[in-house]
Amino acid sequence: MTAVLPERRTEYDVERIRRDFPILHRTIRGKPLVYLDNAATTQKPQAVIDRLVRYYSEENSNVHRGVHYLSEVATAAYESARTTVKKFVNARDEKEIVFTRGTTEGINLVMSSWGRRNVAAGDEILITAIEHHSNIVPWQLLCEEKNAKLRIAPVNDAGDVIVDEFAKLLTRRTKIVAFGHASNALGTINPVKKMIAMAHANGSVVLVDGAQGVPHLDVDVQDLDCDFYAFSGHKVYGPTGIGVLYGKQALLEAMPPYQGGGDMILSVSFEKTTYNALPYKFEAGTPDISGVIGLAAALDYVGSIGLRKIAAHEHDLLLYATARLKEIPGLRIIGTAAEKASVISFTLEGVHPHDIGTILDQEGIAVRTGHHCAQPLMMRFNVPATGRASFGLYNTREEADALIAGLTKVIEIFHG
Amino acid sequence: MSSDLRELYQQVILDHNRSPRNFKELPNATKRVEGYNPLCGDHYTVFVELDGDVIKDISFTGNGCAISKSSASVMTSSVKGKRTDDAEKMFETFHKLVLGEPAGLSEAELGRLAAFSGVSEFPARVKCATLAWHTLHSALQGEQEVVTTE
Ligand SMILES: Cc1ncc(COP(=O)(O)O)c(C=O)c1O
Repeated sequence: MTAVLPERRTEYDVERIRRDFPILHRTIRGKPLVYLDNAATTQKPQAVIDRLVRYYSEENSNVHRGVHYLSEVATAAYESARTTVKKFVNARDEKEIVFTRGTTEGINLVMSSWGRRNVAAGDEILITAIEHHSNIVPWQLLCEEKNAKLRIAPVNDAGDVIVDEFAKLLTRRTKIVAFGHASNALGTINPVKKMIAMAHANGSVVLVDGAQGVPHLDVDVQDLDCDFYAFSGHKVYGPTGIGVLYGKQALLEAMPPYQGGGDMILSVSFEKTTYNALPYKFEAGTPDISGVIGLAAALDYVGSIGLRKIAAHEHDLLLYATARLKEIPGLRIIGTAAEKASVISFTLEGVHPHDIGTILDQEGIAVRTGHHCAQPLMMRFNVPATGRASFGLYNTREEADALIAGLTKVIEIFHG
Repeated sequence: MSSDLRELYQQVILDHNRSPRNFKELPNATKRVEGYNPLCGDHYTVFVELDGDVIKDISFTGNGCAISKSSASVMTSSVKGKRTDDAEKMFETFHKLVLGEPAGLSEAELGRLAAFSGVSEFPARVKCATLAWHTLHSALQGEQEVVTTE
């Protein structure tokens, strides 16, 4: 079978971009690294690495508390990073940008602070069948605690959320609706704007898990009109351990603190403590200062290329790799939604994904194998696990070719 | 292909993966224990029929990678008819083998278990190779719950 391969786009200088990422030039077991595990975490450009070194070499200090020079420098860098994030997702105000440890903590913050106050016995929380465990388990905890019900909007065989079913599950008891912008396991991009409008028409609050949205899509939280949007720095070429929760100001104002400690207070006495203003109310303790500053460097880097260009490049890789994977006998792609991020989940007849992962690794090719923190979704598609190749802004068609060659080797070993 | 890969995916392993032995439920099982590796989702049930301290019959069902499945298959053929303490000793030897530690036995004494010597070059796969053995071990210890490799 000869597939018709999509034409290559040329205006994107991927070779120049690859030079910005030192790790892409190392070898693994004597072979050049082919890194196709970007949905798990992305590699870091030199600009981010340098920014962290500069912070620790020249600016390190605690923020919001010293009158000395270094504290002022560190505080200014920290707060200017908040402005960078605000612009990146087009929030209205810096007050709406809360720094967290990652997507997981952002969702847990909303569950704990907004959820505990607003969800009562008999209420419902609506999620979808393609959620990551971090957008399932916090809601299960809340439901258990409050005796509320978790409702799951189903997906069809392509991996699209069935919007009509989603609509039917919105009831007057639905307090909050939470879904991913894009699926890490299948790549499906949800029609989030439409789903948000539907939930709002129903009077429900909406949280979007943007872990796989921000790295691939031009996110505008005002245009989306979501109430909360959570994402992780490490999936958008920034450091690990830092993330962002965007929340509409009025909602954040009304919410109780998430954790208590330093920085989140105005004054403390044993009789009464007054909480600090937004966003500090939600940032108890010394934050990950270098992480925040590194994240801003990553967003600046991504911004300098442009998300629209990145998305077009990744889409080209998605189409190319999908067409080539279809040439492999016995290979089944799980997740064939019309709108997809550059994530391809697959199974290979007669070979368990774990064995695929080991053999590809010997070729220097890094893919993820397993359930992708989405066990209910794996069950829906009746597979114990899948292999997953996920592409980032620095990947190339040649790397997709290397994946195909690696999979051909897998078949040779297993089927002789 | 790298020689490490050839060592890992030996013919015995590929063969037992393709057509696992004793791959069924045992209606007369005296022990039935599940083994689970949460990292990769490998999931097996081991059935044992004991006659005193002799493993009269043994089988397994379930799903997982080639290493875990072939290991379960080779294990069942190796310990069938053996005394339980001999089976436990065999597990000890096997464990050393996949960790690359000296097992103190010749290839001939190891028999089919020797096919798993290549696993020692792949530390991430040791859990796959030992999952069924851990499960058998807890069955013989009298436990009845789900065993995980974590
Ligand atoms: C869709 C999705 N949601 C949430 C998460 C959790 O992100 P983190 O582990 O950075 O908190 C991930 C990361 O794997 C993800 O892909």
